[in-house]
Amino acid sequence: MNSPTAPALLLHSVSLSYGEKLALDKVSFTVSPGECVILLGPNGAGKTSLFSLITRLYDTREGSIEIAGFNLKRHSSKALGRLGVVFQQPTLDMDLSVERNLLYHADLHGMGRKLARIRIREELDRQAMFERRHEKVRQLNGGHRRRVEIARALLHKPDLLLLDEPTVGLDMPSRKAIVEYVHQLSADQNIAVLWATHLVDEIFATDQLIVLHKGIIRFQGAVPALLEKTATPNVASAFQQLTQEGK
Amino acid sequence: MNPLHYLRALRGITVRELLRFVHQRERFVSALVRPLVWLFIFAAGFRSTLGLSPIPPYETYILYEEYITPGLLGMIQLFNGMQSSLSMVYDREMGNMRTLLVSPLPRWFLLVAKLLAGTLVSILQAYAFLLVAWFYDVRVPIEGYIDLLPALVLSGLMLGALGLLLSSFIEQLENFAGVMNFVIFPMFFLSTALYPLWKLQESSELLHTLAQYNPFSQAVELIRFALYGQFNAHACVYTLTALVLFLSAAVFGYNPSKGMMQKKGGKQ
Repeated sequence: MNSPTAPALLLHSVSLSYGEKLALDKVSFTVSPGECVILLGPNGAGKTSLFSLITRLYDTREGSIEIAGFNLKRHSSKALGRLGVVFQQPTLDMDLSVERNLLYHADLHGMGRKLARIRIREELDRQAMFERRHEKVRQLNGGHRRRVEIARALLHKPDLLLLDEPTVGLDMPSRKAIVEYVHQLSADQNIAVLWATHLVDEIFATDQLIVLHKGIIRFQGAVPALLEKTATPNVASAFQQLTQEGK
Repeated sequence: MNPLHYLRALRGITVRELLRFVHQRERFVSALVRPLVWLFIFAAGFRSTLGLSPIPPYETYILYEEYITPGLLGMIQLFNGMQSSLSMVYDREMGNMRTLLVSPLPRWFLLVAKLLAGTLVSILQAYAFLLVAWFYDVRVPIEGYIDLLPALVLSGLMLGALGLLLSSFIEQLENFAGVMNFVIFPMFFLSTALYPLWKLQESSELLHTLAQYNPFSQAVELIRFALYGQFNAHACVYTLTALVLFLSAAVFGYNPSKGMMQKKGGKQ
């Protein structure tokens, strides 16, 4: 059951295999409220598989997942209600306006119109997008679309925000703005963030790291501990060292 | 989860489906033009070659245009069901589907809501077609237009559920052409949409049997009788049973721990 002290995300010994191939091997970690955890892994490391399980696209067959204290299999609606997601692929309706896309999300989360409009204003204002709420998504550039997707994921005030490589395909200024915004959000609003990426420049020194490679967690902890463990000068070198093992 | 949450989610899914339909003008135009081409050209051409004796619900000899109108209403719903199915496969490939599946509602409800929304769109198309047909002098008794509504709801749900079921099996958009060849065309041509069962029986006993058990035939007959203020109980029960079967199989197919979702997981 949900309790105020429950971690925002708890994975306990989660495994997933596709036929003979093991995609995730006994993955366990927690993300606490206000914590920004970077899930770092090269392509094919198992990040998308992990996200598919946390978003319940597939059921967890081995191990268990809890979101804000709710078991994802037994209390899926309550658990999913505490989750905000930004998927790797854009998932907005291109022909609908920004506001209409957000209202659709608010409806799916059972929010009344009045509350939905207040939240839409709050979230879009925070990203300087409120004035563009009547524009069709198709008219926005990639960075602005991502901002709308983040606003949408936060509309129902989730405990946990999942971001699956949200900066892929964006230019440098857009990437920087999103990385800074999400880190700020986690600190200011006590939201737990799990951010999957393979780009080491998106990591802040204060972040917690999980390095995933071939479905196995190679490291989890803070940035200084990673550098100490690998005896490397920076995260990029450490990441390279950890993900070259077993190649 | 309170009932208001379900209603709001249903509103959201329905409004989105309607807006998407309105915004895709080509889809609206082709949904209307397709049956009209059949009515204006095909039916006109075959009027003289196909002699139809009066069979229920008709009490007198009728023109071929009048005979195929229920079949064309069924065709609108069949194509709409497949169109929804196509858009679900597209949404899944493009990722939009994920925002729906990750929402905090049971998956069966999300699928039923999607089905209801798609059926509503198909009913709007059906009445738009009837309006044009009315100007072409293909008319039914005025109460028939009202009695038709529940029949269209049931047939639209059944054909939409078939689309849902197919979308749970189809993994890629490219495979959709197969659906056209192996589902839509056989279903449409092996039915009572274009010719009555006895005509088929004259040609082939096998085709007659297949058409008789084709759920699309039963949906068309349900519509045909409703248009003349009559209730075809057999067609209604048959269509309802097909709806339950298709929908149950679709819900199974979209279940994250069973069916096709789990199989698809292996191909990520």
